[in-house]
Amino acid sequence: MKIGTKILHTGNEIDPTTGAVSIPIYNSATFRQTSVEECGPYEYSRSANPTRDALEAIIASLEGGAKGFAFSSGMAAISSVFLLFSPGDHIVACEDVYGGAYRVLTKLFSRLGIEATFVDFTDVARIREAVRPNTRALYLETPSNPLLKITDLRAVSALAKEKGILSIIDNTFMTPYLQRPLEYGMDIVIHSATKYLGGHSDLIAGLAVAADVKLASQIKFIQNAFGAVLGPQDCWLLMRGIKTLKARMDMHQKGAARLAEWLQGRPEVKEVFFPGLSGHPGKKIHESQADGPGGIVSFRLQTEELTKQFLGRVRLPALAVSLGGVESIISYPVTMSHAGMHPDHRKRVGVTGDLVRLSVGIEDPDDLIEDLNSALSKV
Amino acid sequence: MEQGVETMKTSTMAVQIGVGRDATGAMSFPIYQNATFSHPAFGESTGYDYSRSGNPTRRVLEEGIAQLDGGARGFAYSSGMAAIANLLLLFKQGDHLVVTEDLYGGTFRVIDKVFVKQGLTATYVDTSVPEAVGRALRDNTRAVLLEVPTNPLLKVADIRKISDMAKGRGILTIVDNTFLTPYLLRPLELGADAVVYSATKFISGHNDVLAGLVVVKDEELGKQIYFLQNSVGAVLGPQDCWLVIRGLKTLSVRIDRQLENARTIAEWLVRQASVKKVYYPGLETDPGHCLLKAQARGFGAMVAFEVADRRVAEDVLRKVRLISFAESLGGVETLITYPAFQTHADMDPSERERMGINDRLLRLSVGIEDEGDLLDDLGQALSGGEEES
Repeated sequence: MKIGTKILHTGNEIDPTTGAVSIPIYNSATFRQTSVEECGPYEYSRSANPTRDALEAIIASLEGGAKGFAFSSGMAAISSVFLLFSPGDHIVACEDVYGGAYRVLTKLFSRLGIEATFVDFTDVARIREAVRPNTRALYLETPSNPLLKITDLRAVSALAKEKGILSIIDNTFMTPYLQRPLEYGMDIVIHSATKYLGGHSDLIAGLAVAADVKLASQIKFIQNAFGAVLGPQDCWLLMRGIKTLKARMDMHQKGAARLAEWLQGRPEVKEVFFPGLSGHPGKKIHESQADGPGGIVSFRLQTEELTKQFLGRVRLPALAVSLGGVESIISYPVTMSHAGMHPDHRKRVGVTGDLVRLSVGIEDPDDLIEDLNSALSKV
Repeated sequence: MEQGVETMKTSTMAVQIGVGRDATGAMSFPIYQNATFSHPAFGESTGYDYSRSGNPTRRVLEEGIAQLDGGARGFAYSSGMAAIANLLLLFKQGDHLVVTEDLYGGTFRVIDKVFVKQGLTATYVDTSVPEAVGRALRDNTRAVLLEVPTNPLLKVADIRKISDMAKGRGILTIVDNTFLTPYLLRPLELGADAVVYSATKFISGHNDVLAGLVVVKDEELGKQIYFLQNSVGAVLGPQDCWLVIRGLKTLSVRIDRQLENARTIAEWLVRQASVKKVYYPGLETDPGHCLLKAQARGFGAMVAFEVADRRVAEDVLRKVRLISFAESLGGVETLITYPAFQTHADMDPSERERMGINDRLLRLSVGIEDEGDLLDDLGQALSGGEEES
């Protein structure tokens, strides 16, 4: 079965008891038991809930992993996975990582005695240099946020295997429709499902998928013990969102490609970051591991002042944080997605005041171009 | 979002429904799960008093669909049938309707079993023949009710010609646009007075909500419908309004995919020896092809086909695996239906047979799965061999 069909038909989308083609929302905290000796398949919704089970089975199937887990946010998913580590452990992470992941590593897990080093993951030699005897995991995004740098998944997972450590990827920008990292030997895939998987800017959710059963049982323990689980209403909405993933993503990519090309031709624009552009340094590697460039385009305007004026004049894309929704969203990483990053770190990785990140929605690309054109022409 | 809406494409308008409407800036308009509204002072109103009369979430949906169809006003109901029934309440004892003969069985039932008792009369004609419509008009005719294309035989009526004919005589033209949605067909632009939807279908698109919508061209008719909506009260709840809005946002991408798949399947069905006849207006050989091409931006995702006999039809229904055997249509998942025994069971059997809604006819609502997987499933279901275990 092709991934476009599998998105709709993993076998978990139909209610086994009534045949309903939409899984019921089990707004139930606890489950009545039939005997004191043995409990039924469900006891208490933090441990397992039928609506959540269906969602978790769907994401596991789409990513090709042993088991999936649904969390109350992308950060809850990331944090729950980091709870696999113990004081004294060390993580090597990609340097232009999402600001929220940077913040939780540098401000929270650091307090628990878990250390992180941030390096440029486009160069595997740098990752290797950063690995220490106490390193337990490599953590990355590809394409990265917001500069859309590409990491070679095969090389990273090979390095992790060689060192006997975990490789963890945040696959939010690609989704399993475009990139299935477990196929390249990665151990854990994480999603902010708020973004493309949910796709409508209307819910907050996180997912994780473990490649093997042993790792899955460790994450299951944390999910149940820590309890940052996703509620049944949101599980259901997320499943509803996943049904149109391919249709939405195809249009996101088409629009993003149009806009990236168009932006490149504008004199006000200094630099465009999009893995689908022929000049993108990671294009070849990206194409070897993903089925498309995705729907995010970042770009720099000539000056910071121009950038701020431009953002004030854009009408059709909403000026907002987040991404991956059907409606276009434009954001200013310095004060929004990457505000949690230390200013020196931001400067070093290139998240500067002239940078704009555009999450291209599924509006007609002509309307988006018209709007950006009018905003750029006035600055 | 302040770009001139009149210049915007339908896909963009649909995505932007509700964006920028809420005071907090929420991208997704909130669900006002609320029955009544407090008044600022005696004799003052916020514009909302009681949710049957008006609810902010419902209003976003109603204004959204009105904008998509280019109408003055929109109305949301608890089901497609509630929407149609509300429209039919415009008429009184002694009034006469001219109706598409192979229309949705539920519409037929409500006219035949409910409104006829109230003193309405109806003549059923093949509305793909404008002259037949003309011949059926009487002095007491108040409305022509069309489905374009029809359900399940996908016949195409000439909306412009029929509405021109009706207008001259003060008769309303009402189009059930459930199959094509405003993304593909805007009947008001062609002269219709009102459009009605089962929004359960393509509009919402996920087989998870029941809803109906009405859009009217002018404010005067809008006032009459609003009175009926508020008086009868078959309104859509805020949770479901919100789900329909959410569905509308992906209208264009879903339908684009569904159209491509439907065309591929229709062309493939034509080539199958076990298939006797294919009904799909997208086929150049289809009698409604040119007319629908002139009126609509696409041919829709409904495909009907006839097999050799009842045994083969039942075989197909038993053997499909990916495709679900279920009523309804328009969702992202492909469904197959047996019209004579499901959607059109309430019609007189001899009438059904005359029109071609026989026990050999199957109707597909094509979803957005990969086309190769759908063809594989149909291929094995039509193969005539024994079922694999």
